[in-house]
Amino acid sequence: MRRSRLKAPTIMHELSICQALVSQVLTLAQERAASSVRQVRIGVGPLSGVEWQLLQSAYPLACAGTRAEGSRLEIEHTELRVRCRSCGIDSVVAPNHLTCTACGDWRTALISGDELLLLSVELEIADQKEELARV
Amino acid sequence: MCEACGCGATSLGVNDTETVEILGRLLDANDRTAAHNRAHFNSHHVVAFNLMSAPGAGKTALLETTIDALRSEYRIAVIEGDLATENDARRIRARGIPAVQITTGSACHLDASMVHAALHDLALAELDIVFIENVGNLVCPASFDLGQHRNVVLLSVTEGDDKPAKYPVMFRTADIVLLTKMDLAPVMDDFDTQRAEDAVRNLANAAPVVALSARQAMTLVTWTAWLRGEVTTIRAGHDRRSGTREANHGHHRPAMA
Repeated sequence: MRRSRLKAPTIMHELSICQALVSQVLTLAQERAASSVRQVRIGVGPLSGVEWQLLQSAYPLACAGTRAEGSRLEIEHTELRVRCRSCGIDSVVAPNHLTCTACGDWRTALISGDELLLLSVELEIADQKEELARV
Repeated sequence: MCEACGCGATSLGVNDTETVEILGRLLDANDRTAAHNRAHFNSHHVVAFNLMSAPGAGKTALLETTIDALRSEYRIAVIEGDLATENDARRIRARGIPAVQITTGSACHLDASMVHAALHDLALAELDIVFIENVGNLVCPASFDLGQHRNVVLLSVTEGDDKPAKYPVMFRTADIVLLTKMDLAPVMDDFDTQRAEDAVRNLANAAPVVALSARQAMTLVTWTAWLRGEVTTIRAGHDRRSGTREANHGHHRPAMA
């Protein structure tokens, strides 16, 4: 009982993000009169606050019963990069150590790594000419 | 050619595929609702603080003593997020302060639409400060903008001074970090406030790190002074903070008129 209580919240957070993603994708599919969705590509940074493995397992649940059912979720991992405000050097860093690798100053600005972006959607469009020909 | 096996047969009625390039935030809908909430707050000159921490770090206790310290200066209300109970809202109401309970069920965080629904139960025109007590959780709430003006993250001495290193996404969003339950510091002698502060700096976060105990009203002075300062700054529309989610994505943070 206790275990499932602890586990549910962790999954829920990625599930709600997947639901938001799928609803964006479905709006697009509707606009383009797509019959189904083949693939969705997203960009996830190490500081985005989501576990990509959990996104991957929540995705089919969010797609179930929609035009996106059966589509593939492709995740691109972005690099965590900061620029030092004192020496200006860029560093690739770990999520809990955003300090400059050149001079050690902690006053850095995040350049990339907190993204949670929808990059592209591959849609299947019913061929209208064929449809017309058959009618 | 047949896509499936390359046999050369042209299959009739094969569907075309179209790849649409997009560059949008996954939580775009939540962010829009959050901006709408912020506009609600701003139009009533209300300043909103989002309190986040692990369960049991003392958010409600801090709110109780903070309300006592500030109630003669500001009109305060609280939005309470909880998985299942109304206990926290009851504690706040017992102090004569309006509190709206959001019971999230199995959801581990508040989102902007839950807060939006709660806003309609509050008389914003009669308020100065709204505290939003998020669900106790150091992971999920960090991803959802609620429309608050500032994030307050609590870390109790019983949790260990390395929490900021373990939950960087949460502690990076903090505009102030409160080290709570300092009255227990003498028995929690492995908690080093300097190490906690260093862990926050390692996240490139310049937020003040303030040690206090909700049981010792005099330790709240720095925290309440910070609150007053932020209320004044935000109300004056001099909110020039950079690095906020909106600033990062080219939207304007609505200034107060």
